Formats: sequence, C-alpha cells, structure tokens
Amino acid sequence: MDSNAVLQKIKDRNQSFGEWAFKLIVPIVFIGLCGIGYHFSELPFIFVLNEVIIRLARNSFLVISLIIPVIAGMGLNFGIVLGAMAGQIALIFIANYSLEGLGGLLIAVLVSTPVAIVFGYLVGLVLNKAKGKEMITSMILGFFANGLYQLVFLLFAGTIIPFKKEGLLLSTGVGLRNSVDLAGVRYALDDIYKYRPDAFPMLTIPVVTLLVVALLCVTLTFFTKTKLGQEMRAVGQNMHIAQVAGINVDRTRIMAVIISTVLAAWGQIIFLQNIGTLNTYGSHEQVGLFAVASLLIGGASVSKATYKQALLGTFLFHMLFIISPMAGQNIMNDSQIGEFFRVFVAYGVIGLALLLHAWQSKGKKQSLKSS
Amino acid sequence: MTTEYLLQIDNVSKEYSGNRVLKGVTINIKPGEVHGLVGENGAGKSTLMNILFGMSVIHDTGGYEGNIIIDGNIVNPKTPKESMELGIGMVHQEFMLIPGFSVTENIKLNREVTKDNLFSRILGPKMKTLDFKKMGKDGREALDKLGMSIDEWMPVAGLPVGYMQFVEIAREIDKENLKLLVFDEPTAVLAESEADRFLKIVRKLADLGIAILFISHRLDEIIEITDNITVLRDGEVVSNLATKDADVHKIAELMVGRKLEQTIIKKTRDEREKEDYILELEDLYVDMPGEKVKALNLKVHRGEILGIGGLGGQGKIGVANGIMGLYPTTGKILKNGIPLPLNQPKKALDSGLAFVTEDRRGVGLLLDDSIEHNIAISALQIKNKFLKKLANINMMNEKEIRQHALEMIKELDIRCTGPKQLTRRLSGGNQQKVCIARALTLDPDIVLVSEPTRGIDVGAKKIVLDLLVKLNKELGMTVIITSSELAELRSVSDRIAIVFEGKLEGVLAPDASDVDFGLMMAGEYGKEEVS
Amino acid sequence: MEDLKNFIDKVGYPRLIIGGFLLILCILAAVLAIPIPGLLGDILTRVGMNGILVLAMVPAIQAGAGLNFALPLGIVCGLIGALISIEFKLGGFTGFITALLVAIPLSAIAGYFYGQMLNRIKGQEMTVGTYVGFSVVSGMCIFWLLAPFRSPELIWAYGGTGLRVTVSLESTIDKVLNNFLSFSIAGVRVPTGLLAFFALCCFAVWLFGKTKSGAIMNAAGANEKFAIATGINVNQQRILGIVLSTVLAAIGIIVYSQSFGFLQLYNAPLYSAFPAVAAVLIGGASIKKATISHVIIGTFLFQALLVVSLPVINILADGSMSEVIRIIISNGIILYALTRKTGGDLT
Repeated sequence: MDSNAVLQKIKDRNQSFGEWAFKLIVPIVFIGLCGIGYHFSELPFIFVLNEVIIRLARNSFLVISLIIPVIAGMGLNFGIVLGAMAGQIALIFIANYSLEGLGGLLIAVLVSTPVAIVFGYLVGLVLNKAKGKEMITSMILGFFANGLYQLVFLLFAGTIIPFKKEGLLLSTGVGLRNSVDLAGVRYALDDIYKYRPDAFPMLTIPVVTLLVVALLCVTLTFFTKTKLGQEMRAVGQNMHIAQVAGINVDRTRIMAVIISTVLAAWGQIIFLQNIGTLNTYGSHEQVGLFAVASLLIGGASVSKATYKQALLGTFLFHMLFIISPMAGQNIMNDSQIGEFFRVFVAYGVIGLALLLHAWQSKGKKQSLKSS
Repeated sequence: MTTEYLLQIDNVSKEYSGNRVLKGVTINIKPGEVHGLVGENGAGKSTLMNILFGMSVIHDTGGYEGNIIIDGNIVNPKTPKESMELGIGMVHQEFMLIPGFSVTENIKLNREVTKDNLFSRILGPKMKTLDFKKMGKDGREALDKLGMSIDEWMPVAGLPVGYMQFVEIAREIDKENLKLLVFDEPTAVLAESEADRFLKIVRKLADLGIAILFISHRLDEIIEITDNITVLRDGEVVSNLATKDADVHKIAELMVGRKLEQTIIKKTRDEREKEDYILELEDLYVDMPGEKVKALNLKVHRGEILGIGGLGGQGKIGVANGIMGLYPTTGKILKNGIPLPLNQPKKALDSGLAFVTEDRRGVGLLLDDSIEHNIAISALQIKNKFLKKLANINMMNEKEIRQHALEMIKELDIRCTGPKQLTRRLSGGNQQKVCIARALTLDPDIVLVSEPTRGIDVGAKKIVLDLLVKLNKELGMTVIITSSELAELRSVSDRIAIVFEGKLEGVLAPDASDVDFGLMMAGEYGKEEVS
Repeated sequence: MEDLKNFIDKVGYPRLIIGGFLLILCILAAVLAIPIPGLLGDILTRVGMNGILVLAMVPAIQAGAGLNFALPLGIVCGLIGALISIEFKLGGFTGFITALLVAIPLSAIAGYFYGQMLNRIKGQEMTVGTYVGFSVVSGMCIFWLLAPFRSPELIWAYGGTGLRVTVSLESTIDKVLNNFLSFSIAGVRVPTGLLAFFALCCFAVWLFGKTKSGAIMNAAGANEKFAIATGINVNQQRILGIVLSTVLAAIGIIVYSQSFGFLQLYNAPLYSAFPAVAAVLIGGASIKKATISHVIIGTFLFQALLVVSLPVINILADGSMSEVIRIIISNGIILYALTRKTGGDLT
C-alpha cells in the first residue's frame, strides 16, 4: 500500500531540527572546549581522569535525579535543592548521634527518605498551582526553602531542637556551626572497594559508588517501562489528553517530584560522604544550578533527558571544572578567569537551553494553529 | 426491569444559572442502532453529551434533572471514569491522541496491559511492567477490525487526520465493555474518500451490537447512516423519527423552525443601485482555527445590513476576522473598489472598517481598564483623536476622553457607575455596548459585528440590535452582522448570506422559508438544485 | 465577615501580611527603646536608593513582559557608566550625570536586543529572563577582570589584574544626591535630593503612561489580542517596555551606588532582581498589572521592614537573621505571585 510509504516519510521527518541540533551540538561544543582547555591546562592525563572519575561518582546521582520531572513535562526541577536539604538534615542527624561508617550512611539514607517525601509532596503541590511556570517557580521555591532552612538551623537549633553532640552548635549555644564534620561517614561508600589499576598508580576508582549510579540508571530504565512511568510520559506530553484518558494528572506530577526529591536527597548524601564536610548553609545552594547545567551540557533539553545525557554531561561539566582554572592561568595568566568562565558556562548553558525550548515550543504552537 | 433499549436518556433537563438549556429531553437507543442527533449550535447537543459523560462542568453547576438509564438501570454517571466503566465511549471532535506515543500506546492509553514484577508486589500496581507484546497484539486486533493496515508501533505525530480518527475509534473498540459509542462531528475533518470508508466502519461497528450516537451537521450523512434521528432545537426534542420517514428537507426545516415570532422590520428603503458595492470579497481564504474560510466570494451593498449566518465551525466567524486581518488571509478584498492590504489590522482600521468581535472578553475589551479608555483607545491609535500637545509630545486629552465617554454612555444607555468603572465589572450587554461605542468612535463606514447578542440577556439583546439598525438608518453605515442566531439575523438584515464549509452557500432574503434556510445551513441547497 | 473579605481582597494578602509584620516589628522596636529618628532616616534613604530599581519593573509589566528578572542587564550597564565617569576622574554632579549619559544609551541598546529576544519566547519571559540575568552577571565577571581601566581608584592597589570587587566612590559621586538640599528635622535626616530624584523618575514614568505611546503600550500589555485587533504593533510595544525597564535599572543602580558609597562589581548584582521584584509585588502589583503607587508602597513596606527588623533582631536573636528574613519574605512573595490563578494569564 502506497500510503504506508507516505507514513514512513512522516516518521522520518518527525524529529524536529532544533531538538536534534541541541542534542548534538551542545555536547560537541563542550567536548571541543574540554579538549582545548585540557591542552592548555598542561595537567597530566591520569590526574584529570582520576579527578573526573571521582566527580562523576559523586555527582551523577544528583544529576540523574532531574530526569523524571523532565519526563513528566515539568521541566528542569530546580526544586532538587529541597532534596539536598533533606539529605543534609539526615547527615546532621547522624552526626549528632555520632553514627559512623556504612551503617551510619544507611541510617542517613533511611532518615532522609521520609523527609524528602514530605518536601517533594509540598513542592509538587506548589508546582501544580503554577503549571507552565514550573521552572521559575521551582527555582524561587528553592530560594525560599533555603531561607526557611537557615531559619531552622540558625535560630531553632539549640533552642527548640536539642543537640546532643558538642561542637555542632555555635559557641553561643544557638545555631548550627557553619561546617559539620562528617569524618564518621567520609568515604563510607567509596571505600568499600576501590580499584587501583597497577599500571596507573595515581588512579583510584570508587567501584561501589559507580555501581550505585549504574543501578540507578538500570532502575530508571525499568521505571519508564512501568505503568507509572507510562502515565508520566503521557502527562508530560499533554496534560489535557492524559486527564481525559482518566489519568490523575496532579497526582502523577506530584509523584514525579517526590521521586526526584528523594533521589536528590540520596544523591546529596553520596556527594557529601565523598566531600567529608558539610557546609551547613552553603552545600545545597548550588546543587540545582550545577546539576541542571550538567544535564543540559550532556545534550538534554527541557522536555527530553536520558541517563546517558546525564552521565555525559556530568563528565564534561566537571572536566571543564577541573581544567579551566589551570587553562585560564596558562592562557591569560589569571586562574580567576577560568573560575568565572565555568560559572558563566553553568548559567549560560541553562539560559540557552531555556531560550531554545521557549523558542521551539512557541514555534510548535504556531504550527498547530495554522494546521 | 428489562428493556430492549441500551441507553435511555429519560426526561433530562439542565439549567445554567437560570438559563434552561435542556428541557425534558428523552432519547432511546437500542443495541446495534445508529442514532443521529442533529440541531443548530446551542440546541443543547454538547450539554447532553457532557451529562452523558459525567463531565465536571455539569456537576459543578448544580447537576441536572432526569435520568440516564443503561440496560434498564438508572446510572447517572458523575465522573468521566464512571461513564467509561459503564461502556460509554466517545470519539472526540479534536483528537485526544498523544503525539509522541505510538499508535498502540495511544490505543491502550491508561488501559495498558501490565504484568507483575518484584517491585510491583512491594510498591503496588503502579509499578507493574508494561507488557508491550500483548499491547501490540491488542492494538493490532483493534486496527484489523477497522481494516487498518498501518504499523501499530508508528508514532501518531504526523499521521494524516483520517488515520488519527481511526486510531481514536480503535481505542474505543479496544475497550472490552464498549456498549455505546458517541461520534461528535466525525467527518468534519475527513476527506471525501476517507469519510466514505469511515461511514462503512460505523455500520460495521453497529453490526457488532454497539449502539452509536452520531452527531453531525451533514444531513445527507445522517440520512445515509442512521436508523433513527432526534432533532433538538432550543434544548427540546422537536422530533424523534425513523430515518426511513425522513428526508433532508424535513430535517432542515425541523432544525431551524421559527424560534422568535418577531415581526420583520419592514424595509422602506428606496431601491438602491444594484451595482454599488462597498466591499467585495473574492476567493477569500482565512485560516482561523475552527472557523476556516475557503474560497469565499461575497459582495456587500453600500448602506445595507448584511447578515452572515451558518452553523458553528463552518467559517462564518472567520469572514469578519479575515477582513480585519486578524488571522492569516489570502484572496482579494476590495473596499470601494480599491484593494485592501491583507493581514494588516491597522490598514483595515485605517480604511474605515470597524469591528466588534465575537470574543468580547478575550479580544474586545481591556477588562482591567476603565470604560472611557476602552472607548477611546482605538480612535487614539488609529485616528489620533483625543490628543493634545505638551512640549511636542502627544499627550492623552483626558478631558476630551471623559466627555466623549459620557456622551456614549448616555447615547447607548450603558449602565455603569461612571466612565471610570472597569469594564470587567459590567454585565455582558453593557460590555457589548462599550465595544460598539469604541467601534463608533472610529467613525467607520462599515462596521462588522460578530455575535452581537451572544451571552447577553433578552432585554439587552433587543437594545443592541435596535442600535445597529439605528446606526444603519440614521448614519447610513453599512453593517455586517455575523450571528449564530438565525432569528436575530432575519429580524434585522436586508440580506442573509449563509456560509457552509468555508464557502458562500447562498444569499437569502430575510423572509425566505425555513426550509431554504435549513437546507443552506446544512449545505444541501446547492445539491437540491442540481438534482 | 463579608466586609473583612472585601477588605482583604482590596488590600491584598502581601500588603496585609507585610504591613502587619512591620507593625509588630515597630511595636517591638518601641518596646526595646530603639531610637526612632535614626530608623526613619534610614528608611527614607533606603526607599530613595532602591525605589528606581523597583520602578524599573513597571514598564516591563505594563508592556506585558511580566516581572523583569533580567534587571542585572540594566544594572551592569549602569555600572559601566559609573566606572567610566570615575575613570575620567569626574566627581560630584558632573560625574553623576556623565555616568547617566553613558549608561542610558548602553542600557537602551541592551534592552532593545533583549526585547527582541523576549518577543520570540512569549510566555516564558520570566524563566528565561532570570537566567539571562545570571548569565550576564557571570559573563561580566570576566569583563571586569579584563576591562582596560587604569584609574587607581578602580584597580587593585597592589597591581593585580582586573577591577576591584568594590570600588569606593568617596572621592567621586558618593552621596551627591543624598546630600543635595539635605536637612535634619527632629533628628531625622532627610536625603532631599535622593527622594526628589526618585520622585522625578516616578513622575516621568507616570507621565509616560499619559502619553499616546504610553497608553498604547499599556493596551498592548493588558491584552495582546485586543492590541492586535486595534492595529497596535505588540512586539514593538514590548520592546519599548523592556528598553524603559532596562534604562531605569541602569539609572537605579547609579543612584543606589552613590547612596551606598561603593560600586559593587562581579557577583554582587546576581540576585539584584529579586528584592526589586518582591517589593513591587508587596506593593500590590501582579504579574500583569503594576502602577507607580505599587512601587512607592512596596518599596516603603519592604525597606521599612528590613530597616526596622535589623536592630530588633540584633537584640532578640542572631544578627544574620535579618538577611534570612529578607530571603524568606522576598522569595515567599514572588512564590505567591507565581502560584496565583490570575498570574497564569501570561503563559
């Protein structure tokens, strides 16, 4: 039947050019940048590789936590900041009770989960009231929650919330110290098994942490093939049609945010067990920014993201992070330039992605009108 | 209680804030029957469907009287989900398909075949894995029933419209408990060959024992496909007849009827020169969503009141919007014999046209601005009225604006607390008067008015219509009224043009017979003459 | 009960809550015997120095582009203007006016291109605008580092590269407006020049609303479809609104800096849009509607709250709480505006 041939043509031209371009061009540009930066930084290859692997292990989980809201059509969830806060609350909890080692870390995970579920639920409620403006709303919500978080730990810690362990509170007895030492759980996950290839003495690979990330990727793939995953995809594509088909749109969206928030909480715990100290009032602030930038650099867009893009993006973004100060130093004789440059890259790539997305979706709307 | 009927709509009435839109409607449908439902816009078809589907818009506005009975049981569905479970399905006028999903995924949307896995046993059924193989098989089966050969895994985005329609039907027949299928204007989007094929499939479905409720404006289709026909007019069943006793003429007449026994204003105008056209439309195409105009030709006499009528979605609304340049337009528009630039609202306004839109709240008003500004703004922009110079800067002359607004308020009897009142707070009728006042402030020689009485109460309706007649008589303005209410057009117009499927079906005198109007609106007028 | 509801509807929750909060703080301040004249003087100064940045929101909202989160775009232009006037060692009013003369055309150009961009992404102005603002600030960091300024006032004393993080204005335009015709009454220092300049800007924006182009721009912003049907070039009007907003932001930061006594470069302007956005919302504006009275009321409430809360909280709790309260209030108010039903019309 010849109509089938026509249909095939339709199938082929289905992918819109803009999306395709962003998917490929952005990673290619950043691969190029990384290559140039690496060349000028004059850093040894093994050193860079080692650093990148460490950062890949500790950051990917957070980046991947962004994917599900994208699938559910809610864009980039800057609200993962709240998830990071849940993770930090759990870490402060175990630090207070001096829980250590892998057991302590698991308890932190257990404690963070219900907190993150509550946070995620609240974020979901707010975002359902701001449909179509989820990204800016989740971002402002992150700032707002940050204020509340500071209020709690500056004013209530030591007064309303009792603290057991000495040295956690400020000398006045009110308010948490600026940094919390996480020595007890430091490398609890990373150190289970570290692979050190004989050929490269400088290389250490935190195998278990990477396995956890791999497991998350597998679970995510599995999840998209479940009933709930399918519902999220449907809601993400068209809320109205999903509603008519009997899917509870608001509930599905809340579920997506909850999952994202819980994953972010776990991701922040993994991140901080590697860092080893918790900057009480600062560790979470940039989580949303850096995770979103990483995802986008991997070629994801506001409406489409996969774990492969998350991993590639994390790799490239952190590569840039490692090499840019040295590259700046060597090219411009100023390491600050490199530092400013990578912050600019983070903001710029998000701005660009949002711009392209808004541009495209407007184009789509117009073409619908004229059809 | 047993009954031979599958669906009984029993004496159903509904009112929206005091406005009765359905009055004791009773319809009975047997299994395997194709039942046609016809009526003009606003006859109550969509309200009836909303009741049948338990849409929230019904229950949020106080519910309805009467009963929905299925297989002899009173069911009265309260939510769309309930109706779905009762076996009521619908093929929507606008497609409810998710473009990024494959045909199968759309057919099985929210009814996916799932299987258990480790997680689903712990976390509940939402975590069940989708059984794509089984889903594909079901999808294939449903498509085969319709004689569709397309690949069940093809994405829906980009499929031709006809195919999308079939995918929608496939989704409905895939539901195992499907008893009643509602089609709302199903052939409106189809090409002729697709429509033929579609009608065959409808018949096939009926033969499977499914009852079918078929809503259409195409009367020949209704005659061809249905077993019985119900005609609705003004929320009432005016006739319930077997198709074999009906013909297109009869249905057309029933549909239109004589709603308003209003004496037609006798025209005492002199015979005007036939050839003096103020506006000529040639081969006009307007791409207005839902109201497309396709190759329309129409000439407007100087100083007349021209009515433009037709059923909803046939394009009558698109005509005025196209002339004003609000939607992409091609063709030729001649004003006083001079071509008018297309797609440029400013040029249209400059040339002495003024427009009172059908979308009063969306397009017609600055709802959060005062009456006086609403009246003045167009003339300010187009005619540079109400300005004074202050150090060579164009300032608004508030005093003049106020004065003009007060005059208009008095002249058009706009009921308000004063010229500073926000238009949002006005009633529909008074909002309409503000829109007309703004149009008049432009001193136009043609005023186009779309749906002038939509959503306003009876008293205000008469005032608005009388006003338009007055403008025409006293100021010699040419008035083009577009309206869904035929009775209204017949009461004020000199001539009435009927638009069908984007084309001019014909022009009638206001006192032409109901049958003629009915046939024209159903697009059967031309066909009759040929045969 | 009905009256109460009407009252709340009319005043709006933001004004009511912030007003109530302010009242409590004032009572506390009185109880704690904090000197009132000093506070009043501070409030006046801060209203004057922040007011124009808040005012910058008005044209953007009126033109239908929503809250202008890309305020930093105008701010960096203003900073460049101030830097150039310092580079040429211009002080006093000469310096101030030179800064304005350089900043205004720069910001008008920047606003024009930004407006062009926003016209292609209607409905997403706020999300994109926020990140455009962030990108501009972080991109300008590199510029500050490389900019060819030579004046010792501007560069590091020990000869490092780039501009200082904060540039002192002491020898140039420090407090030119604040001290102009300034006087003290009952212990309250009134920065006459500053307030007069703010009033002048407000009057100019108000007057613009009364011109033909102002009325047309308002109509374009209030209802795009209406505007098209009235033959208005909506895109052009939106650009006009954005340009005005950006220019006001540039003027605003110069006025702010002369009062503050320092130019803050690098990451300082990163979050500068948020307090301005919050203030105009507190004043009763919405994403779709803003007037001069919203600006004045909002700036006053917001700044008064910050001024009064600082000493009160210093006595009652930790000093850094004042900053925390600012974060909670400003973001809470923005959140409220974004989640309101009426706010949805923009998209």
